[in-house]
Amino acid sequence: MDKEPNDIINEVTQGDYKYGFYTDIEMEMAPRGLTEDTIRYISAKKNEPEFLLQWRLKAYHKWLEMTEPTWANIHYPPIGYQSIFYYAAPKQRKELESIDQVDPELVKTFEKLGISLEEQKRLTGVAVDAVIDSVSVKTTFSDTLAKLGIIFCSFSEAVLHHPDLIRQYMGMSVPYDDNFFATLNSAVFSDGSFCYIPKGVRCPIELSTYFRINAANTGQFERTLIIADEGSYVSYMEGCTAPRRDENQLHAAVVEIITMKDAEVKYSTVQNWYPGDKQGKGGVYNFVTKRGICKGNNSKISWTQVETGSAITWKYPSVVLMGDNTIGEFYSVAVTNNYQQADTGSKMIHLGKNTKSTIISKGISAGFSNNSYRGLVRMGKKADNSRNYSQCDSLLLGDKCGAHTFPYLKVENKNSIVEHEATTSKISEDQLFYCNQRGIWNEGAIGLIVNGYAKDVLNKLPMEFAVEAQKLLSISLEGSVG
Amino acid sequence: MLKISNLHVSINNKEIIKGLNLEVKAGEVHAIMGPNGTGKSTLASVIAGREIYEITSGTIFYKGKDIQTMSIEERASEGIFLGFQYPVEIPGVSMTNFMKTAVNEQRKYRGQDPLNSTDFLALMEEKKKLVEIQSNLTNRSVNEGFSGGEKKKNEIFQMAMLDPALAILDETDSGLDIDALRVVANGVVKLRRPDNAFIIITHYQRLLDYIVPDFVHVLFEGRIVKSGRKELAMELEERGYEWLKNGNF
Repeated sequence: MDKEPNDIINEVTQGDYKYGFYTDIEMEMAPRGLTEDTIRYISAKKNEPEFLLQWRLKAYHKWLEMTEPTWANIHYPPIGYQSIFYYAAPKQRKELESIDQVDPELVKTFEKLGISLEEQKRLTGVAVDAVIDSVSVKTTFSDTLAKLGIIFCSFSEAVLHHPDLIRQYMGMSVPYDDNFFATLNSAVFSDGSFCYIPKGVRCPIELSTYFRINAANTGQFERTLIIADEGSYVSYMEGCTAPRRDENQLHAAVVEIITMKDAEVKYSTVQNWYPGDKQGKGGVYNFVTKRGICKGNNSKISWTQVETGSAITWKYPSVVLMGDNTIGEFYSVAVTNNYQQADTGSKMIHLGKNTKSTIISKGISAGFSNNSYRGLVRMGKKADNSRNYSQCDSLLLGDKCGAHTFPYLKVENKNSIVEHEATTSKISEDQLFYCNQRGIWNEGAIGLIVNGYAKDVLNKLPMEFAVEAQKLLSISLEGSVG
Repeated sequence: MLKISNLHVSINNKEIIKGLNLEVKAGEVHAIMGPNGTGKSTLASVIAGREIYEITSGTIFYKGKDIQTMSIEERASEGIFLGFQYPVEIPGVSMTNFMKTAVNEQRKYRGQDPLNSTDFLALMEEKKKLVEIQSNLTNRSVNEGFSGGEKKKNEIFQMAMLDPALAILDETDSGLDIDALRVVANGVVKLRRPDNAFIIITHYQRLLDYIVPDFVHVLFEGRIVKSGRKELAMELEERGYEWLKNGNF
């Protein structure tokens, strides 16, 4: 009964990572390390057109000249870029006609993760592209979507069947030389999802990509490209898990979104990569570049993320508000526990007139973790009558963790308005006592309080994700008293 | 139901309760009165199990069990309810969700199946009517932005939902207008049964115009210095607490 607050923290924050299993499937791998040959190997494996190989090589040579960024509030030993496998793919027959042809072990893996690749998935109204290690194994519903003119397939398939779209849009949001990790991705990306919504089409179902790292010592470098043509709409979800391993795994993905006039893309992520064990051993290094361009007037891009995983998260989903009257949104809940580190936030670049952006960031830190919000709001010279509202809240559970806020503002226009609010709070002993007195045990109490704190963001998630995210928050962070 | 013997309680080595005795039986309503700072709220918190208070000697038995062996949650699930003097706000958590969690965790403790949403909502409607609470209260976050009166009414609503064996109301009447006071008093009157008991901690006699207590105790400097029937409350009201300070007990 007379427990110290810290005992309670320990007790309730020790929720186990339930996706830590490993599937034994036959893999095809590139030789360890990164050289021009590795890149030629990947490109040849995928029968890529010459322009893409050249793009990769250009990125590779640029990357060789770049240095790893050190400005983020994260600490980790040097990454051995030459000891990573840059390509790992489940061995399987070339063209998959139906689910029956997918390796049963793979199907089982996804079922364990709660993702059914069967066509019955239709009932839940979600189309899934499943990416395991470096390769997309199965995309459901492509046929149904094709009738509406929607292209939803793996990136590799898009390269083969729609090379013009790739050529036109790849690198528009995130250029090949954007930053160290994005440039590495540009050189070695293996697969990912591709989505094109034609003019005036509202995608009737949620599209979803599910990423899974399986093989050991592999980097995962997927690349997602979403193009919403004039007046179209799509809601896109991304989920991720990885096995429990003692060594760190590198994940350096790129997501690009482009919206034309009057189009809207809603991108939701529930990131649950393996966070490492309670001593901070192992876990995924998540260095991701996500950026959208509101290219056409009146278009809108919205990022919603719930981040509970990864040993290190380095991620700033951003929107470039290029067209007039465009809207950018970023809603984030980032949870860190044990020895996790997160440096995450958003960039809103206002270029067009009457553009609006909103940033709502809720950081939750427990254990010995460090959680930083880093955000940039820029009002360009021509961004007349533009507005940004940023709200960054931090919730601390315990007294060994850290929360930091690094807002950057760059205002070059006198007619624009930028607002920034920040708060830091702790779960108070009074709140816990109140819950306990009603018969709610600490675990449930902390789940309630944390979910209440994150409600504004969780409300933005699609239904299919919201329930999962709420549970995830309670599990990964049922913890603690200030 | 509750038996407190020679209780001594300290906080930060400062003794607040200095040898308190009290027995509450099923079916009884006890009022505890006394000036500020004499240990009334401390007594309520100690019974509920708040950990910052230290019991240095004496015992509290609840339903025949030494209460010091029970956690806060166990005490709650065994039927002890504390109506808070200053109910805390929990942003973003709806009253409905909060109460559903509380009711179902208590049911789980007792080995009962959780209530499904339909049954739960029906229960909530019933209790809201019983204690005359506006329906929009339950759609809001726990106590967030509630007026003083709304917070206190909300405590009474939660008491009705959890249907405790022993309810302790810690100055639930302070700062209430007449309407809110009536809601609070009615709640107690309606929930009063032969198999439950109430301890009503109050500063003023006026709540006792609505709730007729079986016993009135005067708490002064950490001890119960006088006990009597409801007439004692009237006498206190008339003579004021100064009367006590002059050593008239």
